[in-house]
Amino acid sequence: MKMKPKSIASLLLGTTLTFAVAGAAMADDKVVKIGALSDQSGLYADLGGPGSTLAAQMAVEDSGLKAKGWTIEVISGDHLNKPDVGVTVARQWLDVEKVDVIVDVPNSGVALAVSNLVKEKNSILLDSGAGTSDLTNAQCTPNTIHWTYDTYTLAHGTGSALTKSGGDSWFFLTADYAFGAALERDTTAAVQAAGGKVLGGVKAPISTSDFSSFLLQAQASKAKIIGLANAGADTTNAIKQAAEFGITGGGQKLAALLLFITDVNSLGLNTAQGLNFTETFYWDMNDASRAFAKRFQERMKNHNMPTMVHAGVYASLLHYFKALEALGGNPHDGAKVVAKMKDMPTDDPLFGKGSIEPNGRTVHPAYLFEVKKPSESKGPWDYYKLVATIPADEAFTPLDKSTCALLKK
Amino acid sequence: MQALYAQLLVGLINGSFYALLSLGLAVIFGMLNIINFAHGALYMMGAFCAYFLLHLTGLGYWPALIIAPIVVGIFGMILERTMLQWLAGLDHLYGLLLTFGLALIIQGVFQNYFGSSGLPYSIPDELKGGINLGFMYLPIYRAWVVIFSLIVCLGTWYLIERTRLGAYLRAATENPTLVRAFGINVPRMITLTYGLGVGLAALAGVLSAPINQVRPLMGENIIIVVFAVVVIGGMGSIMGSIITGFALGVVEGLTKYFYPEASNTVVFVLMVLVLLVKPTGLTGRAA
Repeated sequence: MKMKPKSIASLLLGTTLTFAVAGAAMADDKVVKIGALSDQSGLYADLGGPGSTLAAQMAVEDSGLKAKGWTIEVISGDHLNKPDVGVTVARQWLDVEKVDVIVDVPNSGVALAVSNLVKEKNSILLDSGAGTSDLTNAQCTPNTIHWTYDTYTLAHGTGSALTKSGGDSWFFLTADYAFGAALERDTTAAVQAAGGKVLGGVKAPISTSDFSSFLLQAQASKAKIIGLANAGADTTNAIKQAAEFGITGGGQKLAALLLFITDVNSLGLNTAQGLNFTETFYWDMNDASRAFAKRFQERMKNHNMPTMVHAGVYASLLHYFKALEALGGNPHDGAKVVAKMKDMPTDDPLFGKGSIEPNGRTVHPAYLFEVKKPSESKGPWDYYKLVATIPADEAFTPLDKSTCALLKK
Repeated sequence: MQALYAQLLVGLINGSFYALLSLGLAVIFGMLNIINFAHGALYMMGAFCAYFLLHLTGLGYWPALIIAPIVVGIFGMILERTMLQWLAGLDHLYGLLLTFGLALIIQGVFQNYFGSSGLPYSIPDELKGGINLGFMYLPIYRAWVVIFSLIVCLGTWYLIERTRLGAYLRAATENPTLVRAFGINVPRMITLTYGLGVGLAALAGVLSAPINQVRPLMGENIIIVVFAVVVIGGMGSIMGSIITGFALGVVEGLTKYFYPEASNTVVFVLMVLVLLVKPTGLTGRAA
């Protein structure tokens, strides 16, 4: 193929510009680019999506680094819940756009794929949205930090609590991909450890709109608890249809293993009341969380409250910026920055004090919540009441049980 | 065995939605020769219309069942007048691209304002509760969906295949010039037909609002299946799309029972098989 003079000229121009930018970065070394990779348009867009980009921007503003001479830019991308799309976007960001840190990445399938790429490129993944505990176990890397929650938290929060309070037989309705599989596996372990037994399960494709067939199978199992190992719109549809088929009225109880405040809002308190679930953040916990939530809600286009995923994006970036400040510059060696982040104890307005373990797992307390009755709610978004606090050392995989290769010396 | 009955019934319920939606598509394709990719978005608009009627004007489910299809139908007619009518006589691809673009725009606008998790819409009081059939607990609302959509489907079939108005319509698609010569306003009839097809989509949307969340993306997944239904049934065949809609709902329900992982793909596997054996669809005639 013969190149036209014009395209050669533009190629040269592009190359020159790249060198120019690289030169500038070397000169002041305080240029950071953040990529918020999320499901921007599908079933997880409300729990992550545009809200995560906003949370990242708020973290940049609140860090105060800009006033200290840092140049920080936030870009966002849509992975469409497809690992191949996610990896393509991430590769473009890391190779061409010179992104230093990728945040959020809900959907465990995408997160595991991106985590591998990030290790290969020695960049950083601060994951908030994905659930799978594999990110800090079998598939851990020195470049990934998993901030907000994982399937172990959900399993040991909701799974153990419900089993101990009499729900000793379970049937799973599982989303058929990495997250659902991990959540079912971890919850099964927690239920069995608490003395319960698992009678069976059924795998539903992600983004199913009609769950009635699956719910009938769950109903026929006669299990006391139907564990919903899915997320987002899948969970809300399953809960709504379970009520319709008389499952909740017939003595069986639903365990929404992963439920976000946007899901509760979408269900309405009439349908959602009484559900037990585990989260690590609720906007109405204390003054600091309320202040953050108010600022967030005002800037959010659909005026949603922040989910724990949004809070995790914000808090993990604040900690990242602290590490950058401590390092003084050169934010482009991913493993080095992550090592610094692990050295420093975490302390932020939303999750309080905590730490990051050598396998990349951030530990902080988790909370067992119950959805309020409509009569108990004082107004919009007043949805949760606290049932129990799970201390940080019980909320996440204990280090001696973690299968992460980084822990083996 | 009991579980099997239950799955068959559940399949029939889903089949009702497939039938209503594919019927609208078949009407539009049969009369206008347009592959209406905006059908899913219009179905979603029907559900949102019901939601707005309830929350802005206080009108509940029953009025919405009539008003929403009319409102969305009028919206459809505006689309037809302003955009689709200029594509008459062009390749199918143009209509497909235009309606696909419209679907993306409509969904995008709704998603921008309402996010992705959806809004609650509850079952009307008259249809709450359920009947214990012995082998399953049948929610009254679901039974209503099956019966109501069956009536609407058969009514539409009767209107098009058995009445004088339907005869005009069919004649107008065969030979518009000749029908015009008899003093019938063909463009207006085509606009009304598009409105009818769109109204059927909106009606399905209202029916589905209490079952699924009212979500901007609710039409996106179902429309792909519905297109497969139309292809299997034979493009443009009214009765074919009704029967195939119900039948595929049942097939899908059975798959969810015997091999759940394949429930998303079984319809497409069937579509491939039918196209290999009988490219015009089960009830379609060769062009």
